[in-house]
Formats: sequence, C-alpha cells, structure tokens
Amino acid sequence: MANWVRISSRSIGNHIRKRMNQGFIGSAVDINKSSGSSSALHGGRTVCDRNRRYLNSLPWNRATLFWFQRFKSTVAEKQQDSFLSSDTDDDQLSLDFPGGKVSYTSDMNFISESSQTRVPCYRVLDDDGELIKDTDFQQVSKEAAVKMYSKMVNLQIMDTIFYEAQRQGRISFYLTSAGEEAINIASAAALTEQDIILPQYREPGVLLWRGFTLQEFADQCFGNKADYGKGRQMPIHYGSKKHNFFTISSPIATQLPQAAGIAYSLKMDNKKACVVSYIGDGGTSEGDFHAGLNFAAVMEAPVIFFCRNNGWAISTNVWEQFRSDGIVVKGRAYGIRSIRVDGNDALAVYTAVSAAREMAVNEQRPILIEALTYRVGHHSTSDDSTKYRQSDEIVYWKNARNPVNRFRNWVQSNGWWSDQQETQLRSSVRKQVIISLIGLDIHNLHFFSDT
Amino acid sequence: MLGVVRQKMLGQSFPKIRPAVSVLRSYSSAAKQMTVREALNSALDEEMSADPKVFLMGEEVGEYQGAYKISKGLLEKYGPERVRDTPITEAVFAGIGVGTAYYGLKPVVEFMTFNFSMQAIDHIINSAAKSNYMSAGQMSVPIVFRGPNGAAAGVGAQHSQCYAAWYASCPGLKVLTPYSSEDARGMLKAAIRDPDPVVFLENELLYGEPFPVSDEVLDSSFCLPIGKAKIERVGRDVTITAFSKMVGHALKAAEILEKDGIDAEVINLRSIRPLDRSAINASVRKTNRLITVEEGFPQHGVGAEICASVVEESFAYLDAPVERIAGADIPMPYAANLERMAVPQVEDIVRAAKRACYRSVPLAAAA
Repeated sequence: MANWVRISSRSIGNHIRKRMNQGFIGSAVDINKSSGSSSALHGGRTVCDRNRRYLNSLPWNRATLFWFQRFKSTVAEKQQDSFLSSDTDDDQLSLDFPGGKVSYTSDMNFISESSQTRVPCYRVLDDDGELIKDTDFQQVSKEAAVKMYSKMVNLQIMDTIFYEAQRQGRISFYLTSAGEEAINIASAAALTEQDIILPQYREPGVLLWRGFTLQEFADQCFGNKADYGKGRQMPIHYGSKKHNFFTISSPIATQLPQAAGIAYSLKMDNKKACVVSYIGDGGTSEGDFHAGLNFAAVMEAPVIFFCRNNGWAISTNVWEQFRSDGIVVKGRAYGIRSIRVDGNDALAVYTAVSAAREMAVNEQRPILIEALTYRVGHHSTSDDSTKYRQSDEIVYWKNARNPVNRFRNWVQSNGWWSDQQETQLRSSVRKQVIISLIGLDIHNLHFFSDT
Repeated sequence: MLGVVRQKMLGQSFPKIRPAVSVLRSYSSAAKQMTVREALNSALDEEMSADPKVFLMGEEVGEYQGAYKISKGLLEKYGPERVRDTPITEAVFAGIGVGTAYYGLKPVVEFMTFNFSMQAIDHIINSAAKSNYMSAGQMSVPIVFRGPNGAAAGVGAQHSQCYAAWYASCPGLKVLTPYSSEDARGMLKAAIRDPDPVVFLENELLYGEPFPVSDEVLDSSFCLPIGKAKIERVGRDVTITAFSKMVGHALKAAEILEKDGIDAEVINLRSIRPLDRSAINASVRKTNRLITVEEGFPQHGVGAEICASVVEESFAYLDAPVERIAGADIPMPYAANLERMAVPQVEDIVRAAKRACYRSVPLAAAA
C-alpha cells in the first residue's frame, strides 16, 4: 500500500506515522523502544489482534493489514528510526520493497558463505569443572545442584544397565544418552512443570528430572501392562501426560512444527509457559526443521528449539550433514534469536535455557539453542559406531570430556558433595535400576488385608 | 519357506492363460542357495557395473554399507560419486533423485523404511509418477525407490506399515513386491532397467532368508518381466494370492491344507501395479475359490482390488465369496503378543481356505 507507490508514499507515510503515534495500531506499540522489551506485548495479546480489530473497519484490504504486521516485526530498529525521522534524505539512499526499506549499494558484494570466525560457544566451567573467571551465569543453590548431579548419575547408570539388558535379550531395543547428561538434566532443571516438552529421542533425562521413575522407564521398555503406552510403542518411546512430555515419535523432526503449533496454542491461551523441542544435528536437515522454525518466528510463538549437536547422525558426521557453521547461524535466517553453548557444561546449559525461557515467555518469541556435545554411545543397540569412527575418539570424549565428572568437580569443590555420597548414590541407583528390570514387582505384592 | 515350484505339465486346456515364460522358470533346477540380501546386492552391483548412469542414494548406504547391508561393498567398488550418503531429508533426496532422472541418470533411491517415504511422497507421486503423462511423454523418470516395507518384528506402528496399496493406486508408478531371491534379483534388475518410476517394496524379515537359485538366475542378464505373477504352487481347490512375506505363509498354509485334502494354488503376485489380473482370473476360473492375503491394512487394500477384479471378470466362476486376509485395522502395536495378533498368521490362511471350501462354517459378514 503506502510504500509500494513511491510518488505518493510521503503523504500516505505521514498519514500512517501520525496514526501510529496516536496509538492507532495499538497502544502497546512504541517503535522507539528497543526490541528487547516487552512493549510489543501487552498481557499476552499480540499487536496483531489489536490491529485486526482496528483495521477491519478501514477501507484497506487484507494485504495492507498483513504489511503492517510484517513491518512491525521484521524491520530492524535502525530502519524504524530512520523511517520515522526525516523522509527527505532517506528517499535518496533506500529502496522500498515488500518487506520494508533496504538501503542500496553500488558495490556488488556477495555475502561470504561463512564468517571469518565461528560463532563462539558459551561456557561457564572449564574442562576440569572450575568456574571460569568473570563468567556470567545463573547461580544454582546447593539443593538444586545436588539434585541435578544425582539425576545425571541416575541417567548414566540407567543407560548403562538398560543397554546391557538389551544385549542380554531382556528388551528388544535401547538407545543411550551417554555424553549428553548435562544437556538432558540441566535443560530440564531450567524449566517449570508447565513447560511442554516435545523430545526427539535422546532426552529421557528430561523425563527423569520431572519425576518419571526408573520403574516407569523399565515398564515402557518392556511394554508390559504397567506401561502407560500399553505396549503400543517401541522401547525408549516414552511419553507422560502428567509430566507434560509428549510421546516420542520416530519420524525425525516432525516434532518441530508440532512444537510451534503447541506454542501458538499456549500463546492464544495466555499461558505463562513455553514449549521446548529437542532435535539433533542430523534432524536439522529435515524439511520440518525449516518449516517449524520459520513458522514459529512468524507466529511469534514461545518455543525453545534445542539442538543437540553431538557430531553424528548414525554414521553421518556433521561435515556431511550441512556446510553451515553448525546450527546456531541458521537462527538468524529465520529471524530467531540464537545461542551456542557448551553442551557438556551443565551450568552453561542451565543458564542459557533459563534466559531463553524468560525471553520466550515474556517476549513471546522463539529461541534457538545449539548445544555442542559428543555422542559417546552408539546411535542405538542396532549400531556399532566403531565401524565408522575411531575408538580412541570415543574413549577421549567418554573420559576427558565427560559432563558428569565435570559437574561433579564443581559441586564437590563447593563442598556440596563427597566421595562417600558418590559411592552411596551410585550403588543405590544401580540397585533400583536392577530391581526395575527384574522386578521385585511391587505392583503385584499382596499385603495382608482384613477385608 | 523355500519357493520350490512343483510344476506339473498341464494339458492343453488353458493354452492362452499360462504364459510360456513362467513354465520355463519352473524347470530351473535348484542348485545354489542365496539370501535375498545377497540377491539384491548382486543385482545392484551388476546393474551399476553394466550401466554407468545407475547410482545409489540414501541414508547410510555408503560408509555404513547400508542400514540393512544391502549396499555392502558398493561404495568401495564404485566410489562416492555413485554411492551417495545423504543427509536425513527423505523429501529432498527423493526430489534430487527425480531431478537426476529427469536429466537422464538412473537413480536408485533407498528409504531406510518405506514408512519414511511418507516424508517424500509428494516427490514420488507428483514429481516422479505423473511427469511422463503431464509432459505427454517428453519427460521420463527412470527412478527406482526401494527399501523395506511392511512389518518387521517389534518395531511399532511408525515402522511397520505396508505401502503396497497406497502406491499401487497411483497411475504412473510400477509397484513390485519380491518374495524369493530369484524375485529380488530379477525384479530389481527389471526395475532399474525400466524407464519409468518403480516402487520396489522389500521386506526386512526376508533379507536374511536363503532361497535356492539356478544358474539362470545367477546370470547377469537375468531379468523378470514386470507385471507377471508366479504360480508358486499349482493346485485345484482354492487360489491363494499373496505377496512378499505372506507368500511364505501361504505356502506353509498350503502344506497344512494338503493334509486335509485341500489342494491350494498359491500365486506370488510379484507385481502389485500392474497387477497380473489374467493370471489371477485364470486361476480362479480353475479353482472357483479365492483367498487374498496381505500384511497391510484391510480397507482399500490389495485384496480389495483383486476381489473387485475377479468379480468383474470371473464372477460366474466363483463358488464361494472371496475372502481377504489382511493385517488388523489398527496401528501396529509393539508388544510381541499384540503384534502377533495384528499380522496374518498361517492359521488364519488355513481357516479362510477351509471356509472357502465349505469345510467349516463361513464367517458372518464383517461389521
């Protein structure tokens, strides 16, 4: 409408500007404020809703309505300022196109396919678990830290024993999260119970954090009558309505557009919660990754896309998966705020997810987090990764870069954990896991009763 | 079980009906044993060797030697240009495959399972199947989409669906369902040589099963015609049609029925589209009774199409209603006991054959 016809743009532009400053588009809009504030949102309602009510009564058509909405969310701050200030000198330097104003240049320069340096990775603890000086992070209480650490140990032991159980023929299939314990537990710890999880399949730690018991995990793997899925789904395809954890679905990346949809529903319902959806490096090649992120951005949906970049998609390593600088750079392509974190650093993951959650919920926007890590285990019990990668590489990541040990060092250095507690915890968890597999079947224990 | 054909030389009563080719087939003496996996691997190897335009594309086909080891050794032999590992994007590599086929190459696109082909089905149908027609013959798409189809064991609903009926309903596609190693070799070669899109539905559980193969089958020029079914077992009393894994079940059922004096004729369909209607109808005109067996869902299934075809062409010859044995009308459950109930078993086929022969009370009409 206005900007597409340059000759009359000034007069119509002035008209719009006057109307906008009068709060015509919606009183919450103050374009001069930084985009980081919650100005665009008032009580969870979007500017879009207000727009619709006002603009429906006007002679402008739907195309112009859409232009307003796009203009508000896609134009960068600087361009907004220049649009509102003088328009005489602007007309010489910038072009009007659908999508907003863009300045032009006579130098033909292709944007390089990669930047000089890779996007840096946020971390809080060094490889030995010591706090890096002057680092920015969200402090955790002793109680929270001990709980996080215990759950990481739980996950580690559960994975080891269930994997062995598959090898013994007790369950038909299993896949471990070895090496990704920090991602699993720390990301879950930063969320609330109301936040909805759409996992890929290597995130059972999130469910563990939320209170799914070892027995419930075992029951699902066995597909027995205590399984909530009633034997309908393959092992490790956990799901729990009461824990807001959607049942794992095998086709890759389908959970991403679904997550955008659920986030949009939360937004419409005005809930103070977000959706967190997980994906691996391989899954970002799927078309659904593009669709999910793009739509989450357009719908301004409160969803956190958490990518576990562990270097391998079965035998396909990341160089054969994509040529971009990992996943974090893709966020900008969709207009999504993103961060790259050290996935083996529990505190970094915790801090990043906490911050992401706040932005997602308060600003009603999607966030992309890329957590760099390494898949220590095989893809699943149907895989032998020594066939396509070096054993010493695996051993290195398992030992020297172990996220559980790293976090333990930090917790212990704070005086919150001891070797004795370690031994006790490990033996108790081992026992519980084994019981869950071979069953002291407490469901069927008959107690004496007088009736 | 072994796909041994006990072929008796028939009289001249049905000269037009039985094609000469399948008679010849039956005289090959069973010598070497070959698993279906080896059959597919050797077929791919030979076709790639014979025609430099043939190449393989899919997830894990190269370095990993194939998710089910079907492409074992091929990367080493032909190099990464002809055995391409792809990122996890079925839609894209199906689309890319169609693109190369438009240009003139002969891609063989592997889906880790046909369940994942649903993410690419737009390219299979709209880009591959319809192009030749929509361009009035100017574009041809010599592509093969292959991979395991149907139920394996304990893999749940999203890994167990049979897609034969879905793809076979689409004009422009050929849909093949090999059973034995002979089928696998001959039909994969035919599929690769075919100038049109072919959906080649294998079965994971059959990969490791050995079958006898004759020297003729082992020859690199061996090829089976598309659209021709095979009479695995000649009989007089009831016709049982089946494809893929169910052929084995049908043959076992036939052995059991023989003890009860019912001589069953087992037809291995081999080709779902085009369906060998003449072979099926000829058989029904001989036996007057038909059971169709398939693993997939019953509604709009392959059995439904066969039944319609027989009713259209051989209604007067039917002495009993056509019965279809299919998978249960539910998403495949994971638990072993439930899965057993959801997939046709040999006993189901035996019971159905007896009903068709009026040896037991017929089933009430399905609700």
